[in-house]
Amino acid sequence: MTESLFNIPFLAIAALIVISLYIIITQKNLIKLVMGIVILESAVNFFLVSLGYRSGGATPIYTNAPEKLMVLPVPQALTLTSIVIGVSVTALMLSMIILIYRHTGDIDAEKSRRLKG
Amino acid sequence: MSALSFWSPLVLLFSFVLLSLVVLIFRNRGEKRYKKGTAQTKIFLAGEEEPDPEKLHVKAHNMYWGFFEALKHYYGPTMKAHTGIINDYLLWFVSLIALTALIVFISG
Amino acid sequence: MQSLIIHSPILAIAIPLLAAFLTPLIGKFSSKARDIVVIVALAVTEFLVLILARDIYASGLHVYTLGALSPTLATPENFMIPVRIVLEVDAMSVFMGIISATVALAAAIYSISFMKRETGGTKFYTLLLLLTVGMIGLEFTGDLFNMFIFLEILSISGAALAGFRIRYADAIEGGFKYLVISAIGALVVLFAVGIFYGQYNLLNIAALAKVMQYTSLDQLALVLLIMAFGMKLASVPMHMWAPDTYSVAPAGTTPMIYVASQACLYALIRICFTLYGVTMNTSTIGWIIIVLGVLSMFIGVTVAVKQTDIKRLMAYHAISQSGYMLLGIGVGIAVLADPVALAAYGKTAISGGIFHIVNNALYKGLLFLTAEALFFSLGTRDLNKMGGMARNMKYTTIFFIIGALAISGIPPFNGFTSKLMIYESVYQFSPLLAVIAMLVSILTLASFTKAFQSAFTGPALPQYNNVKEVPKPMLIGMGILAVLIVFFSLFPNLVVNTIVNPATDSLINQAGYISSVMGGL
Repeated sequence: MTESLFNIPFLAIAALIVISLYIIITQKNLIKLVMGIVILESAVNFFLVSLGYRSGGATPIYTNAPEKLMVLPVPQALTLTSIVIGVSVTALMLSMIILIYRHTGDIDAEKSRRLKG
Repeated sequence: MSALSFWSPLVLLFSFVLLSLVVLIFRNRGEKRYKKGTAQTKIFLAGEEEPDPEKLHVKAHNMYWGFFEALKHYYGPTMKAHTGIINDYLLWFVSLIALTALIVFISG
Repeated sequence: MQSLIIHSPILAIAIPLLAAFLTPLIGKFSSKARDIVVIVALAVTEFLVLILARDIYASGLHVYTLGALSPTLATPENFMIPVRIVLEVDAMSVFMGIISATVALAAAIYSISFMKRETGGTKFYTLLLLLTVGMIGLEFTGDLFNMFIFLEILSISGAALAGFRIRYADAIEGGFKYLVISAIGALVVLFAVGIFYGQYNLLNIAALAKVMQYTSLDQLALVLLIMAFGMKLASVPMHMWAPDTYSVAPAGTTPMIYVASQACLYALIRICFTLYGVTMNTSTIGWIIIVLGVLSMFIGVTVAVKQTDIKRLMAYHAISQSGYMLLGIGVGIAVLADPVALAAYGKTAISGGIFHIVNNALYKGLLFLTAEALFFSLGTRDLNKMGGMARNMKYTTIFFIIGALAISGIPPFNGFTSKLMIYESVYQFSPLLAVIAMLVSILTLASFTKAFQSAFTGPALPQYNNVKEVPKPMLIGMGILAVLIVFFSLFPNLVVNTIVNPATDSLINQAGYISSVMGGL
């Protein structure tokens, strides 16, 4: 029973990934596209954090650790870095969408398109 | 290194220089005694008017017309696939991942 | 000097990074000083990469551990695994490093006069330096997570550079498309990294390679990584962003973004050869990469013939040339587990693919710069509106001819050398593939004949009577690349033996890469 409980986060991650892939493939509104990318990013971050869980492990805070054996906080470090990067990517994408909207008057991927072929 | 053993770019360079010299010699032996501003510098001796430079130049979209016409069954769908819509780009990516993963899993 | 060589891997990343954030400050006072700082920083980076390369060719691979007592100590004293950030520079990494640093330098020099016409020049140089950081970091890192970080640095700065001329709607669109595919590609890479960490609790490439099992999760991770980096290097059918982005990126940065995509090819090569090596099903993976390569070559070039926008035309050629590299590398991977075939033609195929990377970075960079020179002078990218430019822009014409002949594989140019290596080795693997490769080369020549004919020859058009040659720094930037092309063309043996073959040997030598980090563990 407990074994299958550990799989719940991974099921949630799979669901998030499927939702985000559906969004980025079908939604032509650029804002929605960015939402899809952010959901995908959250899914990946969630995945990294779930990997970091060790049952019975001690939190890696030096002053509070019960003994000197602690969980290696690599996934948490990875997630933080990935969140920071994600914020900057999202900000740049949204600012570009604003400019696309100003130039073309539309934020539909098909209607605002200038380059093709 | 068998690819590089039997040819030397220096030989080609030498022949290029030699040919350029020959071309230059031929060019310098051209007729120099002609009168500028007379009919001698016109393109057509028959007296045809020279067309507009715009019309003289073969534009890019006119080139290789026959090639595209012959291959229109290839070019039609290929150019149609380049829609320029970002969602389609991502659809190609995701479906290619799915296809490749299937191949790799089956072949082990 | 010795300590400079030891620290040069991190300095080659740190100096452009420092300069990137120094330029806004200096740019506040003087734009001349800012230009000098940019050029000096890139020149120093180039110098560091070159002395590092010299040392690597002489004495083998360099390991640099950040924060360790001694930089060469990869595994901490009481640990069995490398937990610190490790840079690992072998002949292949430094080979790519040289390409990136050289193209960045040429692009920066070229951009100086171009940027006089644009506003926001300081931010442009910051982004350009950050892109250099991203490329060199991606090539030098020995750690999968850092690979992701540098990939993101490269993507963000590349996208911002591509969309730099925000007054054009199409520039923003090109930048946005690049950013979206990069963001999704990078997330896919991060997911694959997570899969590795979940299984092995490791992130270091060498340590992972040592324990690689090729379970079905590893297979999934491999597919994700190949496809994510494959999309970043614009292999067909994931190539459609490339013409959109390359055609709108400002002068000088198009070659940079192109070389950045070659850095992603490096990541792909590194993962296939070093991380997986012979543990994977080499013939399946090899054939997947070969199919991607053949599709890229053929579809890239046939669509390129049809283009009438000069930069889109060149972007499709960039895709098609990447196909050659993938073909060479793919053949090498397919025979990786077979020592006889590897020695007979596999190594030549890999060398051909790697040699093609540097050749292509040079002539493709030159061609992109000539296309931008045309755009700079004429204000249009449309080949239908051009004509007779050889009368006004003599040097640009000569540079274009050099680049066009090199990319079409006309002997004695360098493109011919690497293509010949690919043809003859691929022919022994599968004759059909070699025939396709030659056909693609012919179509390349056809399409550059079209571009040359419509842009440079023909009568002088009245509307372009006042067009002049581009300013000197732009000519110098193109000249650097042209001189390098001629050098590579005249002495292919020297280049192949000094820098290409060591890179191939270090790629095949997976055990050497692992043991240099893991030591005796």
